[in-house]
Amino acid sequence: MSKVHVTTTVNGEEKEFLAEPRQSLLEVLRDELHLTGTKEGCNDGNCGACSVVFDGTLVCACCVLGVEANGKRVETVEGMATREGLHPLQQAFLEETGMQCGICTPGFLMASNELLKSNPNPSEQEIRFWLANNLCRCTGYDKIVKSVQKAAAVMGGA
Amino acid sequence: MHSFEFSTPTSVSEAVAMLAEQGANARILAGGTDLLIGMRAGRLQPGLVVDAKGIPELLEYQLGSDGLRLGAAVTCRTLYDDPGVVEGYPALIEAVSIIGGIPTQGRATVGGNLCNAAPSGDTIPALIALGAVATLIGPDGPRQLPVEAICLAPGRTALAANELLLSIHIPAPVANSGACYQRFIPRNEMDIAVASVGSSVVLSADGGTFESARIALGSVGPTPIFAQAAGALLAGQPVSDASLQQAADAAEAAATPINDMRGTIEQRKQLINVLTRRTLREAVSRAQA
Amino acid sequence: MNAPESGGKVKTEFTVLGTTPMRQDGMEKVTGAARFGDDIHLPGMLHGKLLRSPHAHARIKSIDTRKAAAMKGVRAVITGADMPTLNAGIIAAGEGGEVNMQDIADNCMARDRVFYDGHVLAAVAADNPHIAEAACGLIEVEYELLEPVLNVHDAIKAGAPVLHEEYTPGAFLFPTQKALPNAGRLFLEHGDVDGALAACDFVVEREFSTKAVHQGYIEPHVTTAEWTSEETLTIHTSTQGAFAIRDFLASFMNMPLSKIKVIPMEIGGGFGGKDVVYIDSVAAVLARKSGRPVKIFMSRSEVLRGTGPSPETFIRVKMGCNKAGQLQAADIYLLYEAGAYPGGPIAPGTLCSLTRYNVPNVRLDGYDVFLNKPKMKPYRAPGATQSNFAAESTLADLAEKAGIDPIEMRLINALKPGDMMPMGFPCPPLGSIEMLNAIKTHPHYTAPLEGENRGRGIAYGFWFGAGLASSAEIRANSDGTVNLTTGSADLSGTRNTLGMQAAEQLGIDPALITTNVGDTDSVGYTFQSVGSRTTFATGIAVISACKKLIGEMARRAAMVWEVDAAEVVYAEGMFRLKGDADKRMTFGELCAKADHTGGPLLADASEFPEGVGFQIAANIVDVEVDPETGKVDILRFTALQDVGKAVHPDYVEGQMQGGSVQGIGWALNEEYVFDDQGRLSNPTLLDYRMPTALDVPNIDCTILETPNPGHPFGVRGVGEVPIVPPPAAIRDAIKNAVGIHLCELPMKPAVVLKAIRDQQGNS
Ligand SMILES: Cc1cc2nc3c(=O)[nH]c(=O)nc-3n(C[C@H](O)[C@H](O)[C@H](O)COP(=O)(O)OP(=O)(O)OC[C@H]3O[C@@H](n4cnc5c(N)ncnc54)[C@H](O)[C@@H]3O)c2cc1C
Ligand code: FES
Ligand code: FES
Repeated sequence: MSKVHVTTTVNGEEKEFLAEPRQSLLEVLRDELHLTGTKEGCNDGNCGACSVVFDGTLVCACCVLGVEANGKRVETVEGMATREGLHPLQQAFLEETGMQCGICTPGFLMASNELLKSNPNPSEQEIRFWLANNLCRCTGYDKIVKSVQKAAAVMGGA
Repeated sequence: MHSFEFSTPTSVSEAVAMLAEQGANARILAGGTDLLIGMRAGRLQPGLVVDAKGIPELLEYQLGSDGLRLGAAVTCRTLYDDPGVVEGYPALIEAVSIIGGIPTQGRATVGGNLCNAAPSGDTIPALIALGAVATLIGPDGPRQLPVEAICLAPGRTALAANELLLSIHIPAPVANSGACYQRFIPRNEMDIAVASVGSSVVLSADGGTFESARIALGSVGPTPIFAQAAGALLAGQPVSDASLQQAADAAEAAATPINDMRGTIEQRKQLINVLTRRTLREAVSRAQA
Repeated sequence: MNAPESGGKVKTEFTVLGTTPMRQDGMEKVTGAARFGDDIHLPGMLHGKLLRSPHAHARIKSIDTRKAAAMKGVRAVITGADMPTLNAGIIAAGEGGEVNMQDIADNCMARDRVFYDGHVLAAVAADNPHIAEAACGLIEVEYELLEPVLNVHDAIKAGAPVLHEEYTPGAFLFPTQKALPNAGRLFLEHGDVDGALAACDFVVEREFSTKAVHQGYIEPHVTTAEWTSEETLTIHTSTQGAFAIRDFLASFMNMPLSKIKVIPMEIGGGFGGKDVVYIDSVAAVLARKSGRPVKIFMSRSEVLRGTGPSPETFIRVKMGCNKAGQLQAADIYLLYEAGAYPGGPIAPGTLCSLTRYNVPNVRLDGYDVFLNKPKMKPYRAPGATQSNFAAESTLADLAEKAGIDPIEMRLINALKPGDMMPMGFPCPPLGSIEMLNAIKTHPHYTAPLEGENRGRGIAYGFWFGAGLASSAEIRANSDGTVNLTTGSADLSGTRNTLGMQAAEQLGIDPALITTNVGDTDSVGYTFQSVGSRTTFATGIAVISACKKLIGEMARRAAMVWEVDAAEVVYAEGMFRLKGDADKRMTFGELCAKADHTGGPLLADASEFPEGVGFQIAANIVDVEVDPETGKVDILRFTALQDVGKAVHPDYVEGQMQGGSVQGIGWALNEEYVFDDQGRLSNPTLLDYRMPTALDVPNIDCTILETPNPGHPFGVRGVGEVPIVPPPAAIRDAIKNAVGIHLCELPMKPAVVLKAIRDQQGNS
């Protein structure tokens, strides 16, 4: 199978790569673009460790083909912090201990960020509902929920 | 995953031509949340994957006085992000907002759910209850089929190898009508239905009598089941616990579940009974509102 | 098992412990920069994939790898025949037990027989994972199917197919004895159990069954092997114990320990499941054969099929008390799956069933049963959750029968400090009575619970914890900062809790200390991060290293002041000369003088502490049951735990919350489902149902601190016991909600619904 030339924008930067159609967006991010912050936990859409924003929509990168990224915008955890510093969500996950091993953290950060964009002041239940596609086996979710609540408050939603 | 070719047609006719040429070797890619998982597991091995998302028609939907016309590649999330659809079609919204989680819903489509023809496909009982009609298109042009006629067996549809699903039309709700979709899962999210029921009712102007009802069942047979008799027996009956129970018993009788890792026959029959009652009650209260 | 030793005096006033500084590795983890096992790309690296058996029990008649080897992009194909034969198969394990290393090697790659669905029998290294996977599909295997043994009852029946003609009984924590063709046994008895039971005023007998559950870490197993010369092997992997991986590999590859370097990457969860070799030796052999580095990354279904869950069990408990509620006797019979090879967690399961209570007459009869399932692995308090569910539920029903309040029942019988334990030594300091009393007055327990089909339950759990070997190396830099390196993998923030102990001991700001996880070449031997031992045991090594460093620095200060070292004292970050108020130097000032006083400042220490403080936890839980569907919702959940000293209280809460939610998953929905041929039916995270954020409430934590005299700061292990009580507590709550006495896990909707309907049918 010949490779396909793909041009895409990742975290605001234009990127080009060659991909086989069978490579998922998750694979091309990690293996071709070496953006390894996006993680694989299941490869079938059930754990959310690979959550990225694809053309403005939160998706599981394992459920998207890399070639679909042609002409699209992709945002990953690597694009969250800016020159000015950490994103308030990143800061809140640090302060509220929203992680233990940290493998699920990039996915939770991407998903939570999309939540706060559409709902700046979510209730605990709304946070839990939105994050149900992201599994964490370490924290029991309590401190993740509190991290999101804290970030929401810092970002001025509350 | 096996190796395959990928194409992005930009018109329906282009896509139909590809299907006509490749037949069963080609597969439409909508959101990919079934297709890619099936391919990764080796269950499906198409030689050509045809991305539906480059075709503007398939990405559009129209909400009008005659109902909701959904292009086959409209995502679940598009629907519940539209207040008009949320307001007019709550049973559909109940179905699309439980398919996986938020990231899944950002990709998954109603069309894909239907064409995947899983017994547990959440939108299908809702669509059947709502009286939805699918438009298919092939080399000979379009044809229409009611949604209940689409699924033939797990993973098998009435679509010919050279046909694709173009759109789904849901008639506009009539006066004094209401509908509801519920499923039972062991967790609160991220599960495949153990059993599910979609119900829609039309009541008399005073809200006290059923004029008609449609009930459809999920995960209790090789395909979603249109429990026509269960709905039909409500016509002319007063709205009461007794009539709801009758319909629930008839729905239970229409269910032909199996034992598998997700549930037992006994449990699924009981669930159909419970969910029929609960969805009818909710549909009635929506109709009365 | 030895009696816990107490060290010296336990410190009780702290400046650093009990605070909540932010972890230094946190920044990398929120930006995506942290390097986990799969985040490494070595030049020329190949990708390995494994061929796994689709049969639960079969003889391998032949394997033909020619087509696979001929495929474009394939660089090496191996089978069991390519794996080295072990020089030393059977090695000594603690407490007089033995471990058969060949079993563990065969579990990585079958030789002539496959023992479970998912057992690896060949592997391919190729240019990319897709090619490797396709090549695996081209390997032709001829199997002779053998009758699979699929449950503990069948396995111990006379005439059952025998898995291993010869076997070395398991020695997990405590050795078992050879007993049956398919089972090792642990038998303990004291007193006259039958006589005492006959004399009891109340007796309850129950049979429990629980299903296998997986640790469920989100990061799959991954390893990368590279031969840096003919005889030196480097492994990059996510593991709970780099040294354990090194030691297993040395044994499997017949190599000297010094020639294998294991570099621990960040690890995405383990819970007991990532402290043994599964893929590392296979990657090493593929790398040798191909002459290139090889990475193997397991898919989720491989993780579920091929790595160890915690076993399915059958447990029968007969327990009796007198009118006052005092337990008189207990007779417990336990069948725990070992899986394909001996060595499941039967011993801790058996020993933990009752340890938290004083019972004068006890018979414990436990079996480690071999059958055609994956080799079972420890999972957070290995084996204890199952037996706790059985014994705690029986005790609750006994209290009900005797008409005694459930908390009183536990208070009457609770093991207290000084009580003689079944292992033959008195119970060390433990806040058992305090914790049970804390339930009684807890606002959750005293709050009214309103609404239909709602119930409140409680349960109490116990776990031993582990000590074992740890090493630490500490360096003070010329600018007053400190690098601390230990051999303990960090799964949850232990770099921080170790750095905090160093800061406490050194009397400096924890921000000055950077703590690293060392590779096997750069720090002394350290046992795995298991058994809740890291903050406890490695903490002791850290404190010892700090003491040595301060000793050395005092000697340097003495050089500067030209006095005897004995004249120098150190406190609160300041060296002082006794009797001379002008002679003082901060820690940092002295660091700057290192080069003029003899060179760099460093110290190391290794420890093997015995003073493990036991772990106890309790839960209060409210549930609502839908009697029409059998679904159970957790409305409110409180976890109580005696943690010794909470080094970093947020992390302690995190352990309690994470363990509780794992316990909730075990209680309600998690299970391995096998078909009648022994194939795993649910190897996905869709159908292996771990709790999502929407399935659980906030977990409120009550921390009690009874100092452990075996640690200078009173620390005891924290990580494991939180998973133990939830299933029994939830069972109790369901009983109080709808009046059913469930005896199986998971208490999934179908089970609850059936019990409710059976009860309605009976009444
Ligand atoms: C994590 C996760 C959770 C899920 N949870 C649920 C759930 O709760 N309930 C549920 O019902 N499903 C669930 N699914 C399955 C899946 O998401 C849904 O069935 C979804 O609606 C499929 O839509 P899609 O657009 O992704 O379909 P695709 O995967 O793109 O397509 C599905 C099938 O339909 C065919 N197809 C698609 N469009 C057309 C067309 N226009 N014409 C002809 N054929 C077409 C494809 O070739 C393919 O065979 C889940 C999936 C994942 C990954
Ligand atoms: S890896 Fe994509 S959802 Fe798990
Ligand atoms: S922190 Fe380990 S999985 Fe979430």
